[in-house]
Amino acid sequence: MIWQLDLAILTLVIVCAIAAISVKDLLGTAILFGAYSFMMCLLWSIMAAVDVAFTEASVGAGVSTVFFVAAVFRTTRRTKD
Amino acid sequence: MDFLLTHLVAKYNFWLYIILMMIGLYAMIAKNNLIKKLVGMNIFQTAIILFYVSIGSKRGGTIPIVEHIAGGGEHAINPTRYVNPLPHVLMLTAIVVSVSTFGVALALAIKIYQRYKTLEEDELLTRIRES
Repeated sequence: MIWQLDLAILTLVIVCAIAAISVKDLLGTAILFGAYSFMMCLLWSIMAAVDVAFTEASVGAGVSTVFFVAAVFRTTRRTKD
Repeated sequence: MDFLLTHLVAKYNFWLYIILMMIGLYAMIAKNNLIKKLVGMNIFQTAIILFYVSIGSKRGGTIPIVEHIAGGGEHAINPTRYVNPLPHVLMLTAIVVSVSTFGVALALAIKIYQRYKTLEEDELLTRIRES
């Protein structure tokens, strides 16, 4: 494990999490949440958990984002907070 | 100072996982939109999964796939060279469960929107009281 890379990507994960819950558009939340999942996938390959990394890349960053975008298009993009 | 260095700085990843977990908890409690609450729930879950996977990680460990030399026959496997794969397998299940939970929750949010035409919690409560 390379701790410099680990720290940098962990910081990016926290930035993505704060941005995903504070942006005022649900489609933006969907895209930022996909970026969050992809950063998480990188973090797992840094921690040498390759099986978890490719499950996260396919299921977390792929399917979850598709569900999210589909749900946003069926409901509304508007959010107050 | 020595205590700080060994317990706060050397284990920086645990502190950042706690921050991530508290971001998720804040989003679940304080956000008004139902979809934002779901995102907070997912952030909370991934923080816990990160904590468990980082327990199995070790310094100088490589990925848990046993190396075989071609035609080498029997040779001793040194377990300190590999990271512990048990938390990985457990957390693989947790990732799949979290995505299916997210899908079901989004389906419920779509049904709520079709009936009440809103996803905001305060508007939802007033519309439930009116009807």
